[in-house]
Amino acid sequence: MSLRSGLEARRAAGGKCLVPYLTGGLGEWVRTIEAVAAAGADGLEVGIPFSDPVMDGPVIQKASDEALASGATPPSILDALSRADVGVPLAVMTYVNLVYRHGFERFSADLAASGVGAAILPDLPLEESGPWCEAADAAGIETVMLAAPTASDERLARVVSRARGFVYAVGLLGVTGERDSLAVSAKVIAARLKDLTDLPVLVGVGIGTPEQAVEVCEVADGVVVGSAVVRRALETRSPEAVGDLVAEFRTALDGG
Amino acid sequence: MDDPGERGRFGEFGGQYVPETLMPALQELEAAFREAWVDPGFRGELDALLADYAGRPSPMTECHRLGEELGCRVLLKREDLNHTGSHKINNVLGQALLAKRMGKTRLVAETGAGQHGVATATAAALMGLDCMVYMGEVDMARQELNVFRMRLLGADVVPAVSGSRTLKDAVNEAMRDWVATVESSHYCLGSVMGPHPYPWMVREFHRVLGDEARAQSERLLEGGLPDVVVACVGGGSNAIGIFSGFAEDHAVDLVGVEPAGGAAVGHGVPGIVHGMQSYLMQDEFGQVLEAESVSAGLDYPGVGPEHSHLAQTGRARYEQVTDSEVIDAFRLLSRTEGIIPALEPAHALAWVSRERRQLAGLTVLINLSGRGDKDVAQMMDILADEL
Repeated sequence: MSLRSGLEARRAAGGKCLVPYLTGGLGEWVRTIEAVAAAGADGLEVGIPFSDPVMDGPVIQKASDEALASGATPPSILDALSRADVGVPLAVMTYVNLVYRHGFERFSADLAASGVGAAILPDLPLEESGPWCEAADAAGIETVMLAAPTASDERLARVVSRARGFVYAVGLLGVTGERDSLAVSAKVIAARLKDLTDLPVLVGVGIGTPEQAVEVCEVADGVVVGSAVVRRALETRSPEAVGDLVAEFRTALDGG
Repeated sequence: MDDPGERGRFGEFGGQYVPETLMPALQELEAAFREAWVDPGFRGELDALLADYAGRPSPMTECHRLGEELGCRVLLKREDLNHTGSHKINNVLGQALLAKRMGKTRLVAETGAGQHGVATATAAALMGLDCMVYMGEVDMARQELNVFRMRLLGADVVPAVSGSRTLKDAVNEAMRDWVATVESSHYCLGSVMGPHPYPWMVREFHRVLGDEARAQSERLLEGGLPDVVVACVGGGSNAIGIFSGFAEDHAVDLVGVEPAGGAAVGHGVPGIVHGMQSYLMQDEFGQVLEAESVSAGLDYPGVGPEHSHLAQTGRARYEQVTDSEVIDAFRLLSRTEGIIPALEPAHALAWVSRERRQLAGLTVLINLSGRGDKDVAQMMDILADEL
């Protein structure tokens, strides 16, 4: 099942989409994503750690550094994903240099061969996305585009027309990380995007609690939860504890 | 040296690889720069600041004693004599004026050796802007004096504590700051690197030093030009500045000198980081390697995209020198000419000194991009047993 159809199925059933993020290579990460999937995720975003993650805040930076120090590489992560038992659509999130170095066509073929159906590249904006998207489209990989509050309506329209899988609405001006309260910009960008596209619109960046997820989903189709999940993994080192956190988000989004 | 167009490409290099949040800001910046750069009002204001505040034009000095020792004619472009002690002020005054014109109230900058940070803090003080400078924790320790100067000038200096804790990581932190503050802040990037329009805009702000150097060479050499123009290259702004004066003079050999431990052109392969496609020191998977140089200002695993293009087309060549050659050159210029260079341009001197045989009888112009005051404490440790 593609990521888009997985998310659309949840939406069609009247639910809200939950896509947790975890840094690949971080401790018991394969068991953790299995626990996260079992806890009610609609899709999973697995980070392939990069040495210079400019879109990430301190929590994901720390996880990336730790994963790299323990020897994680793009092939080792894809290899583990190909053998993981998750049962939900998989996306990888990484930075463009790792993809460029490997070769766009080879990387998209390797994703497909590993059972990964989508990719998120936060430092590859629309203007530079052509060569990658061509390779990804050809391999059947959905390229999720980020849409930011700073964009004009005209730009948002062009971004969503290139988006596959879902549209990743950047909830605030800033890098990944938890915030005390939901930014006003989160619902605004979600509403602007909902006016432009039928693709699922998920808000990420700054969604750290089930309450914030519920609040933004008054407008959005779902959420991406990254730093809160990774922080739980870093603090507890327990796949079950991370699964419990994701279950709290699931319950809240289901109206419980 | 051409306008790289709206996509910001120098041949295959350059581009705009940044988070989506920043794309509108880059487009706004490009439009503002294009407009300002042809506005006589803006140019007049900048020229006046460069003359009356920064002290331009900087002189050209012929080094007779050094020339005698090396067996070639040596000219120095004296960017060390600018206000704040390096060429960095040219770019910073331009960007700060542009930031004000765009209605921004805060400057964000990265710095390696602290020269760009000091220049940015200076321009911010002059123009009444807030200023935040990110600096690698390692660099803050080895360039303590510049950290204090920036704070004295009213800037906040924040350590970059991730990765190698040097210039590369300071750029990451500055970009993260800008992603969060893009509406009120201007990212005052300090070299000819990063996403378009920076490599081009920063080159244009440094073109003044190349134009001056060409005119000064013609006067000094009675209509002639130097045979070789040499500059150090980290990100590559001082080199682009001086190369821009001579790029069309095809008989002039352009040489960029990289530190052996941070040679993006020499040891790198094309990659994408910090918003640009360019040569990059990286491992087989694309993880960026940590540079290692005695000079904090050149301690960077990447290089500006136009240098990658100049290297690929062969218009400029790129050479490497070791830390110990640099330290010798630092001492050589001090002893023979009474000029203490910064460790960065000491790389250019080191190459000239090492290659004196192939340069015999030629006229060599070196861009002395900064003065060595900031490096004296570090050199006291390195040379403790010898002096």
